[in-house]
Amino acid sequence: MNPRVRVTLFLVAAVGITAIFVWGFTGLPSFGHYPGPYGDEVVRRTIADRHATNTVTAVVMDIRAVDTAGEELILFAAAVGVIMLLRKQRGERLVAPPTFAEGRHPIPPSTPVRVVSAALIAPAAVLGLYLVAHGGLTPGGGFQGGVVLAVPSVLCFLAARIRSFERLHDPAVWEVARAIAIGAFLGIGFAGLIASTGFLANMLPLGTTGTVYSAGTIPVLNLIAGPAVATAIVLIVVELLEQVTEVRAK
Amino acid sequence: MTVVLEAVSMALVGVFAAGVVLTRDPLRQVIAMGPFALALIVLFTVLQAPDVVLSAIVVGVFAYPMMVLLTVAKIRHRERKV
Repeated sequence: MNPRVRVTLFLVAAVGITAIFVWGFTGLPSFGHYPGPYGDEVVRRTIADRHATNTVTAVVMDIRAVDTAGEELILFAAAVGVIMLLRKQRGERLVAPPTFAEGRHPIPPSTPVRVVSAALIAPAAVLGLYLVAHGGLTPGGGFQGGVVLAVPSVLCFLAARIRSFERLHDPAVWEVARAIAIGAFLGIGFAGLIASTGFLANMLPLGTTGTVYSAGTIPVLNLIAGPAVATAIVLIVVELLEQVTEVRAK
Repeated sequence: MTVVLEAVSMALVGVFAAGVVLTRDPLRQVIAMGPFALALIVLFTVLQAPDVVLSAIVVGVFAYPMMVLLTVAKIRHRERKV
């Protein structure tokens, strides 16, 4: 196929898709006014039946918590996949990478980068914990807070010496933490199966609406999902960093 | 007014997304991801979805660039060696 035919084909397809898109979009109800009953019902039940004020988290961590469990396992599989793919293979050995080309001096670590990174470690950790703990009340939750909780690890890499970073990020320790978090999430699920109506059913006391310790299992699942997500991302980053900082030679 | 805001932020997402797709070099693509991530963040803010905004921030600002940069660094090492 020559370029001219290809461009013509693309233009015809683009015009067609644009027309169908515009036609479809103009027929949609305006934003926030869709006709289905689910949204209104779920907002009503979030406060009445679950004592949570953030409907999104109530859906993710309670009403559709089974989907979230699936998502957690997908992230688990992704982290395991990266670790498997980047494992030390037979005949490979670790060698320090060349940090500078021949005839050139190595670039010294940038003091501003190190100072700013070190200064941001604690605020990033606090922000992550805040997002995880207040997921049932305000925007945030286990997933978003969990990714923020992985930020201090990367800041530590930027601020500290590589050996100090590696001491704090022994993959074996983080893998165990990750397994415990995933197990706890599924454990809460089975507790719901035994003590209540089904897998991941909300079976804890609901508490007072608007307080951190309210909405039954929602804050518990957030507190578990946070470390589960954070450890997965840290493990992927550590594995990739190891590949960069220690070249493997045959 | 709201409709205009929604239309503009959606159009911006389209423009910057095209920019990301048309950038062929992975390293430059990480930079092109910046405006695209920002456009997504603005769009979700306009659509009043703060939970999704937080996800877009952590993925667009931290998780995605981080993974791509590390992968590019790894590949560069291998290329230099061969």
